[in-house]
Amino acid sequence: MRTWPFSPRHVVLLPIAAVMLIPLVWMLVTSVETLSESRHFPPTLVPSGIHWENYPNALDAAPFGRFFANSFIVTLASVAGNLVFCSLAGYAFARLRFFGRDVVFIVLLATLMVPFQVTMIPTFLIVQHLGLVNSLGALIAPNLVTPFGIFLLRQFFRTLPVELEEAARIDGCSRLGVLLRVVLPLSMPALATLGIVTFLWTWNDFLWPLIAISSTDQSTVQLGLAAFQGAHQTRWTLLMAGNVMALAPMLLVFVFAQRWFVQSLASTGVKG
Amino acid sequence: MIRRILGSDHAAGWLFVLPAVTLIFVFGILPIGWALLLSFQQNDLLTSPTWVGAGNYRALVHDPVFRDSIRRTIVYTLLFVPLSVGGALGVALLVHRPIRFSRFYRTAVFVPVATSTVATGIIFNWLLDPTYGIANYVLGKVGLGPYGFFQDPDQALYAIVAMTVWGWLGFDVIIYLAALQGIPADLIEAAQLDGAGRWGTFRHVVLPLLSPATLFLIVWSTINALQVFDEIYVTTRGGPLHATTVLVYYLYDQAFQVFHAGYAAAVAEVLFAITLVFSIAQLWIGNRRVHYSS
Repeated sequence: MRTWPFSPRHVVLLPIAAVMLIPLVWMLVTSVETLSESRHFPPTLVPSGIHWENYPNALDAAPFGRFFANSFIVTLASVAGNLVFCSLAGYAFARLRFFGRDVVFIVLLATLMVPFQVTMIPTFLIVQHLGLVNSLGALIAPNLVTPFGIFLLRQFFRTLPVELEEAARIDGCSRLGVLLRVVLPLSMPALATLGIVTFLWTWNDFLWPLIAISSTDQSTVQLGLAAFQGAHQTRWTLLMAGNVMALAPMLLVFVFAQRWFVQSLASTGVKG
Repeated sequence: MIRRILGSDHAAGWLFVLPAVTLIFVFGILPIGWALLLSFQQNDLLTSPTWVGAGNYRALVHDPVFRDSIRRTIVYTLLFVPLSVGGALGVALLVHRPIRFSRFYRTAVFVPVATSTVATGIIFNWLLDPTYGIANYVLGKVGLGPYGFFQDPDQALYAIVAMTVWGWLGFDVIIYLAALQGIPADLIEAAQLDGAGRWGTFRHVVLPLLSPATLFLIVWSTINALQVFDEIYVTTRGGPLHATTVLVYYLYDQAFQVFHAGYAAAVAEVLFAITLVFSIAQLWIGNRRVHYSS
């Protein structure tokens, strides 16, 4: 049998890697081309020079700083809200015996079966009644807590040894004290998972901001990017520079913290 | 007495779940009932609604755009799910065992997972530009095309499939790699000692052990495929000639572009029914075939 100098798997993997990376590499290349280079067929594969001016031009064309600040506020609030409220509720559902617990839990779980697209029109009307339309509050309030997060943490809390909590109770610790001092410090992997998944989901969410937000200064990165594309249809150099700026932070975090992201996604199964 | 009640698990339990339950009631449970109510109303999101009974549903039956949007959603789903789940299984098997550059390969496949749907759409608008896009250039090198992609009514839906498979493949690979990691090496050795070849080991040992992951991915990808919207909004806006008007796009268009919110709510209920039927059918068929170890 003939032995290959390298694994034949490379023959398949190399083209796959190319197909996955070329869109992003081509975005990067286009973002430093001149407009006339981009409007050329066959495409200019190597630009004449690195034309950074597309980046300041993109920043002038749309307030990306504002978009980032908005996305950051919404994401931070959603992650914090989920960590706090899901911890409290998840712990109660895991450990406390209170009246109506199982019924309430099942009702919460059942809401997971209903896709957001089914409920988004009334959700819009509710947000409208609360006077939150076209404000960051409209993006934060419905995302402060998720049944998914409660379920995830409840399942994790149930795997912890209950003896530790009982010992703390006997030593005079309150329920809240047990949660804060005993349970949560042991639950870092689950909390990290919930945090990362909420972060990815909120940062990349598009449909709900599209409905709830109408003005540029309340736009998130995704919403601003879509409007930016609408306003500059085929100015590809400008669009790609804007796209690079919008994507870069998430891609850098992802590549450097890949292990964390991958573990979190593998243990839950959610992409934004 | 009051101290005892406050100190009891009943009070503590309700206090702990109260913020979550309140929020989920307002933004999760209330809208479910309201959505159903809306589907029997005429509602423009501004003036007070009027009751129309089953009128919206009757109109849906005779709406050709709606019927076509269901057909397109199902065509899209039937292409997207096997391509992304099957492709991911292949890629996961290729990078699972140690190989040179395997870190590079994994990163290459994972990176689109962190790429937002909007950014993905903008990038593919450029790649698939009929005049200047690099896709027509590369395909031209091997004697194919030029194609209109998003601008050709006969191709647009397939271009959406290709784009979304690119965006979601990495997520499925992550799930499969985690599942592959969980397969004990001695099981595979035992099969090989018993004389099973590579294919036999894969077919009779690896594949059954991966079946829980496969079932999860099929159900999950189907739900996502039935709800595809972002990438379509950014690229084709449902066009050209409605060629990519899938269910959720039609729903969005009816509710928030032409303000037929009651009619859109009826579309939403149909979406809900289709999602439920697909999920239950898959879980029902799947659970008889899935092999759960231990």
